[in-house]
Amino acid sequence: MTAVRVVLPAHLKNLAHVEGEVTLHLGGERDLEVTRQALLDALESAYPVLRGTIRDRATGKRRAFVRFYACQEDLSNEPADVPLPAAVVAGSEPFLIVGAMAGG
Amino acid sequence: MTRVRILAGTRKGAFVLTSDGSRAKWDFSGPHFAGWEIYHLKGSPADPDRIYASQNTGWFGQLVQRSDDGGATWQPVGNDFAYATEPGTHLWYDGTPRPWEFKRVWHLEPSLSDPDEVWAGVEDAGLFRSRDGGVSWTELTGLRTHSSGPGWQPGAGGLCLHTIILDPARAGRMFTAISAAGTLRSDDHGETWRPVNRGLHDEGTLPEEEPEVGFCVHHVEMHPSRPDTLFMQKHWDVMRSDDAGETWREVSGNLPSDFGFPIGVHAHEPETVYVVPITSDSLHFPPDGRLRVYRSRTGGDEWEPLTRGLPQEHCYVNVYRDAMAVDSLEECGVYFGTTGGQVYASADAGDTWEAIARDLPAVLSVEVQTIP
Repeated sequence: MTAVRVVLPAHLKNLAHVEGEVTLHLGGERDLEVTRQALLDALESAYPVLRGTIRDRATGKRRAFVRFYACQEDLSNEPADVPLPAAVVAGSEPFLIVGAMAGG
Repeated sequence: MTRVRILAGTRKGAFVLTSDGSRAKWDFSGPHFAGWEIYHLKGSPADPDRIYASQNTGWFGQLVQRSDDGGATWQPVGNDFAYATEPGTHLWYDGTPRPWEFKRVWHLEPSLSDPDEVWAGVEDAGLFRSRDGGVSWTELTGLRTHSSGPGWQPGAGGLCLHTIILDPARAGRMFTAISAAGTLRSDDHGETWRPVNRGLHDEGTLPEEEPEVGFCVHHVEMHPSRPDTLFMQKHWDVMRSDDAGETWREVSGNLPSDFGFPIGVHAHEPETVYVVPITSDSLHFPPDGRLRVYRSRTGGDEWEPLTRGLPQEHCYVNVYRDAMAVDSLEECGVYFGTTGGQVYASADAGDTWEAIARDLPAVLSVEVQTIP
């Protein structure tokens, strides 16, 4: 079992009725590679209201104005099935979901 | 005691204003869903406590919210608007084919009789229905897959299905309007559709004399007592039909401009119609900087300006297509919202107006509930 910390943007915190970070427990009894896909699947499973707000419901792709960061790196354009950084998997660094700075 | 509830959708949230039947003092709540674009809210005619809201941003996409207590509290319901068949293509602005892609819900139309049934008009143009209070949505594919669909082209705001009218007298009949395809009618509960645009003209832009589609219809309204009569504010031209859309004729008459977005019909006088003329397609503000609602008591052609209480100088706001509504009190109330954030109310059928909200974000929609 892996405890991954996730930081949501303010609008999605309000939607999900959470404050601060979200902690997701991934893996269960079997070893699960902690990828962005697995993290977002777990996030949407825990908070169904977030379905469609981070990934397009039809295509499953990252919404254009949503970005992903961790460990000082922009992971937005990394493939969804690539393992997340070890520090995120270890829970020492959060995975940041950020609304892009655009518009007004 | 009868109450009136105004549901205002804005660029940055929803607002609910309530009053008793005097409509003299308004209680204000909001913003609900602060920071999100609320394209439309509408209450169920069968249960006024049931309200649906379309919530969207470019960042986080589409949500639908439902209230079961008259707008005091809300819960997000379903947001899976998946086209039910291969999306196919429509025309892009440059005339090239473009795949259909869901973007947002423009309009929510609750059933006349079932609070759990609600219709959604979306961009790119499609019609969805929920029968479980907005939890799940199913596309009525007959509209999008109409043979004319590959030739539909977006208006400036996108290829949006923005108007849904349910005929209260003829079961299964409904109308939709799409920018810039035109008006379509179904007589079988939305299963199949046909364009009803004969008599509409967009001079200089259409190669055929009587094209089936290709009209930038901005809004259509029906009076429930005369369901065969429709009033339309088109990109240019104010039109009416007296045969359920089979034919249309222009009733712009003496309007200072026949460009505009909303159109409304008096609750008790089916020949009394309201429009808000806008200078032109490139100048989306009132002629001469004077905000005037025009009223016709003759079903069009002859229009009178209504100005008392409205700014008559330095006013450069617009009024969007879904941002005008009427209540059904004995003295009909008329309401509209502006891109400048004002909501204007008239408790005397338009003779006098008052700004009941002045500094909201740009108003996208106004609906009114008359609650017994």
